[in-house]
Amino acid sequence: MRRLLREPLGVFGLGLVILVVLSAVFADVVTQFDPNRISPRDRFMDPSTTNLLGTDQLGRDLFTRVLHGGRIALYVALVSTAISLAIGIVLGLIAGYGPRWLDNLMILIFDAMKSFPTVMLALALVTLFGPSLTAVMVVVILVNVPGYARIIRTQTIALKSSEFVTAAQSMGASTGRILRVHILPNVIGPIVILASMDIPVVIAIEAGMSFLGLGVRPPTPSWGSILNDGFANIRETPWIAIAGGVPIIITTLGFTFLGETLRDVFDPRLKGR
Amino acid sequence: METLAINDLNVVFSTEAGPLHALKNVSFTVPEKRIVGIVGESGCGKSTLINAILGLLADNGRVESGAIRFEGTTDLVGLGPTQMRALRGERISTVFQDPMGALNPVISVGKQMTNIQYRSGLSRAEKEARAIEMLELVRIPDARTALKRYPHQFSGGMKQRIAIAMALMMEPALLIADEPTTALDATLEVATIELLKDLQQKIGCSVLFISHHLGVIAELCEEVVVMYAGEVVERGSVRQIFNDPRHPYTVRLLECDPARQTSRVRHLPTIPGEIPDLRDRPHGCIFAPRCHRAHDACSTPQAERDTGDGHFARCVLANDPEAIEATA
Amino acid sequence: MNDDPILKVEDVAVAFPMGGLMRRSSILGVAGVSFEVKRGETFALVGESGSGKTTLARAINGLQAISQGQITFEGDRIDTLGKGAMKPVRKRMSMMFQDPVGSLSPRMTVGDLVTEPFRIHGAEGRNLRDEAQRLLSLVGLPLEFSDRFPHQLSGGQARRVGVARAVALDPALIIADEPTAGLDVSVQGEVLNLLNELRERLGLAMVIITHNLHVVHHVADRTAVMYLGRFVEAGETEPVFGQPVHPYTAALLSANPEPDPDRAHDRISLPAEVPSLLSRPDGCEFHTRCPWVQPRCRVEAPKIARVDQRRTACHFPLTPGARPTLSTEERR
Repeated sequence: MRRLLREPLGVFGLGLVILVVLSAVFADVVTQFDPNRISPRDRFMDPSTTNLLGTDQLGRDLFTRVLHGGRIALYVALVSTAISLAIGIVLGLIAGYGPRWLDNLMILIFDAMKSFPTVMLALALVTLFGPSLTAVMVVVILVNVPGYARIIRTQTIALKSSEFVTAAQSMGASTGRILRVHILPNVIGPIVILASMDIPVVIAIEAGMSFLGLGVRPPTPSWGSILNDGFANIRETPWIAIAGGVPIIITTLGFTFLGETLRDVFDPRLKGR
Repeated sequence: METLAINDLNVVFSTEAGPLHALKNVSFTVPEKRIVGIVGESGCGKSTLINAILGLLADNGRVESGAIRFEGTTDLVGLGPTQMRALRGERISTVFQDPMGALNPVISVGKQMTNIQYRSGLSRAEKEARAIEMLELVRIPDARTALKRYPHQFSGGMKQRIAIAMALMMEPALLIADEPTTALDATLEVATIELLKDLQQKIGCSVLFISHHLGVIAELCEEVVVMYAGEVVERGSVRQIFNDPRHPYTVRLLECDPARQTSRVRHLPTIPGEIPDLRDRPHGCIFAPRCHRAHDACSTPQAERDTGDGHFARCVLANDPEAIEATA
Repeated sequence: MNDDPILKVEDVAVAFPMGGLMRRSSILGVAGVSFEVKRGETFALVGESGSGKTTLARAINGLQAISQGQITFEGDRIDTLGKGAMKPVRKRMSMMFQDPVGSLSPRMTVGDLVTEPFRIHGAEGRNLRDEAQRLLSLVGLPLEFSDRFPHQLSGGQARRVGVARAVALDPALIIADEPTAGLDVSVQGEVLNLLNELRERLGLAMVIITHNLHVVHHVADRTAVMYLGRFVEAGETEPVFGQPVHPYTAALLSANPEPDPDRAHDRISLPAEVPSLLSRPDGCEFHTRCPWVQPRCRVEAPKIARVDQRRTACHFPLTPGARPTLSTEERR
């Protein structure tokens, strides 16, 4: 933690992330508007002291919508990443530690999943579930799991033949125990950092799908749908597009800087600098 | 002329927890055409010493004071990276414990051996001939075919011999061998040591041989330097060190070698304790905390005592061998 | 007191399948080995790389399947047991591995490491903290070490943790694979003394695997020397060590001589080329390197016979003080 704070980029990233998280959590406290309250009289107003980012095409306060959109973004990001990690870790451990044929089969499945274009996947799932948060999350999970599973699998294979695993086998430890106590704690480190660097990607997926109308349905505010509205009404005012785009940029930058700094901090080769 | 003369060398590393004094006042020489052995256990500083000689200390380490004089004239301490590179491989070469440190797994042995000769100005055919000559010298069967093979196709012992061949091909003035036989089986070790002796005679280089294996040192080396926790505690000819050790650490170390005990003992001797934390060197004798003969005089810094005939020991009892006598 | 051997290894062989779909060849890591270990006795397996000693140790511990022969432990046959049936056996037979730090799980504390056997086999109401303390003091480690991690231990300390873990459930047999590997000379004695002491206190039997004959001399009651997967000489340690009858044993002994600058010329040296297990030599498998080789050795494999209080497989067992008849060059 100390080393992280020494890196200016990392501090900056951490700062941004904290800003985003806090504003999402305290969205209701900070703003007094209802994000969905329509007010046709107040359409396309420029930013002012009452409406910090102005209003959109239906007179809704943009600042409120952005902060609430943050909730969606973070919810999707954190929940789906957590689920992807959980599934990916389990599958990776099984593929790495289990018999060869199972490993070969699973690699085949992972590779197939990875080669599927994301947009098509999104379209396919939307046909199944209809545009919704669920669709977004399933897309994210399917996209992320193979990558995580692969990494865990490689690490597991490397550790499978290490002496402390053999020692555990010679003591009579069950496969479950070996995976849980001996292998898992030693493979999980790098992947958590990787996952935090994937969060911007997840947010982008959510925003992208909502932008295309495949994600959250109106009137629920999502940065992607605000961005969509922004482009549709770009001739009236630029502020809607800005309101949708800027938070995406800030969050992406924040998590990326934080993640990269964390990765460098934990890289054993850079120790002692 | 002395091929290598190390004078009062001090090396310090800067760590998060403070400066670590890894080598303290290290002095010894490697005369021309002689084999000098460094005996030491983990933490004695031999890796740091080699890195200091080769100019390969880590970024957080530096030579605080002292000189490393090569061939009487050049001080290796001040040398810039380009000049150091010119020396390495040509005048000073190294063999490590793991031959894969010297062998590139994706290039054939022959190619690697001709590559090393890039400064020689010979034609390709001449370089190949020289490579074959060296491989035959280290007794690799079928040297011509061996040139086309890759390192992984050779056994551990053979890889080490190839590494030795590569190190000696340019006929350096100094060969530094860092535990070259530690990873080899006993019978292979014997063969490799005999090979080294042979080659040293033929090529006439000096050898600095580092090992913790006393039997090998006794067989191969003409002079011995005993290191403990970054300091030279005793040095002299091989007979002086093995037959008439004058430092308690040397005495105890020799005692501990199971090969030294000819009859079966129930309880093997050991040296109790651990080496001290080198960030916090004790003021007096570095071995005192573990010494069976420690007394008040040991709490002051110890200088080397001359026990005659080039034999030095860093102990107040150096000239009183009966006092150091091994414990029962 | 039961006089039956605690471990019986009968004509055990371990074959590793090699080659692609067409050529079904296999290499014999262990080529037919038999021996017994009595209660409270220390038996040493000595050999270099490729001798099969580690493979044999793993086979005894059930970590490696055997392709021939049988292994009996405490009267029951164990080589045919599945993983589940083998589990209770592992309470009675434990193993120590070569890499002192590497055989300890990097993210577990010393306290957890030494009590893991209890976690695996059931603690039966025992207080694990107490057990950890008991085990640490048994091996002479300060109790504060309970919270340390393997990377914070020296080689000798890590070794002791391995010993503590091995004796946790009060086994009847310990298999120690190169217990002095990676240790400085000045601390090798610590581990060996500890093992000896525990052996006497707890009545343990031990199988020690090593390539250092001198270590064996001090700790083993009986010794077997292995070459290319077979025993070449086996018997009580003192005679094997003092008057080896097999040329390989003699060479091994002389390879690790007393550190004495004046004794170099006593060395028996062998050509360095160890035969590959893929193409075992005909006749006596040692004939390609033997300093006493004769024509008969090249064609006829010697049978195991009792010679001078021990078993050996050699056509021309050595008499005391024998010197090689052929120089290294003549043998090529």
